[in-house]
Amino acid sequence: MNPRIYYIATNTFREAVRDRVLYNLIAFALLLSGAAVLVGQVSIDIERLVVINLGLTAVSIFGIVIAIFIGIGLVAKEIDKKTLYTVLSRPVRRWEFIAGKFFGLAGTLVVNTTFMAIGVFAALLYVSHHLQASDSRILVALYFIVLQFVMITALALLFSAFSSPLLSAVFAFSLFVIGSFAEDLRGIASLTHGAAGWLETCVAYLVPNFSALNVISQVAHGEAVAPQLIAYNTAYALVYTVAVLAGTVLIFERRNLK
Amino acid sequence: MSSRRVTDAAALLLVFSMAVSVLLVRKVDQLRAGATLQEVLYVSSPKLLKRLSLGYDGLVADVYWTRTVQYYGSMHHAGGGNYELLAPLLNITTQLDPHLIPAYEFGGTFLSAKPPQGAGLPQRAVELVEYGIRSNPDDWHLYYDLGFIYYMDLKDYPGAADAFLRGSQVPNAHPFMRILAAQMAEHGGEAQTARMLWSATYQTTHDDHVKANAAAHLRALQVDQDVADLEHVVEIYHQRTGRLPASFLDMASAGLLRGIPEDPLGKPYRLTSDGKVVVTDPDDLPFVENGLPSDYRDPAVPKILPAN
Repeated sequence: MNPRIYYIATNTFREAVRDRVLYNLIAFALLLSGAAVLVGQVSIDIERLVVINLGLTAVSIFGIVIAIFIGIGLVAKEIDKKTLYTVLSRPVRRWEFIAGKFFGLAGTLVVNTTFMAIGVFAALLYVSHHLQASDSRILVALYFIVLQFVMITALALLFSAFSSPLLSAVFAFSLFVIGSFAEDLRGIASLTHGAAGWLETCVAYLVPNFSALNVISQVAHGEAVAPQLIAYNTAYALVYTVAVLAGTVLIFERRNLK
Repeated sequence: MSSRRVTDAAALLLVFSMAVSVLLVRKVDQLRAGATLQEVLYVSSPKLLKRLSLGYDGLVADVYWTRTVQYYGSMHHAGGGNYELLAPLLNITTQLDPHLIPAYEFGGTFLSAKPPQGAGLPQRAVELVEYGIRSNPDDWHLYYDLGFIYYMDLKDYPGAADAFLRGSQVPNAHPFMRILAAQMAEHGGEAQTARMLWSATYQTTHDDHVKANAAAHLRALQVDQDVADLEHVVEIYHQRTGRLPASFLDMASAGLLRGIPEDPLGKPYRLTSDGKVVVTDPDDLPFVENGLPSDYRDPAVPKILPAN
């Protein structure tokens, strides 16, 4: 990795880890996993199901919240504190700054997810006293959740490159909700004809396809995820992230910072 | 690298990546065909879904109705077969929004129609529409739909008459509801009654597909009647001459026909050597029972021509 990007990424990671909000959210995620254990005990025969569903959902929601709320401040905070000028006055290009910020937050989220995943597996071990071979599928769901975080981080960064933190949060969260219904959107578009259908199709393919990245229910029921789906989802998440980061660089390069 | 070159590279990368992402989404969709619908079964409790929707149950119901239409459309396009998710999807949709009238009107038809047109579950369709009536007692269309299911799919003429009669008592009900109730009670199984029902559907619907379907059924009823009448004339010719006519011209020459008879689409009927009357193009006339060539097989998906 380019050393300048590496340094910015490392600093972003350190800053995020030092952030108390981040610690609180991790604590909340672990707390929710703990709650899953309690709910599991009062349910009949669905303890494992509840733990997996609730645990993975908590990982997803807390990660999305972290990605959005840290991601929207990555650029805005640097401009507010005037630290961006110090960074850019050194031999650091704007695109390197964006890439460094992205990798820093993505790394933070991977570390967070790892801790939360440990919490989920610990809770699962607690309720069922042993892990099954099918539990390895939970790792696939966690991997897809990480892919979602990577995409959301890029989107939050995109919005923070041209908008206020509050609006960036609204945009990013809205896009997450819309993206979760991406398959429905494409379905509706395929039923619509004419100019409206063409427009709907464009929008349906432009929004992030989060629906295919959510396999929580599937793995909770012990169903396998097709290897091709893992491959295509990985490729899609990476390509989409590159597209969004390219858009962010495009905007940030042209932005007047004076 | 200059700023200009960076922006050019970023623009190129953006366009290229978005194009590739579209291709990848299409691949993912192929792998996950119907996956969203299958997931319905994971949370099949409408009560739970209502709570999970955080008060936005109307919107969630709309999403589920769209999924139902997509599911039915994709299954129908594939030649019918298994509609196992149709009933749970409709159940969730209508429980989330009991006032979503199209879900009862179209859903009832999807459920009750015989395969491959529908799920072939008329009793489930009756339960769905009855639930719709309990939730929307002032909508006469639902009584009409209920009567239609009783008549067409269950052949339960007293049930149909009762549904039309109940509907006729709803304020602002269409006047034909009372006529249909009477007609059903007296002449339940007659073609004339079926024609009346399909005509009412044709005249009252605002949906092009429903209108085209009604028109196709009306054409089929006409063909059934024409074929029966023409074969009766063939029989008269046979009795008079002691032989079967070689063509419709023979029958016209004998003063039994005015010319070559045509089906409702304007195509001439054909006379076979054994005195049977058949349509020229059976694919264009779905739902026909009389007048099909002996070696004819129904297509998997009926060809419904536009109403006009």
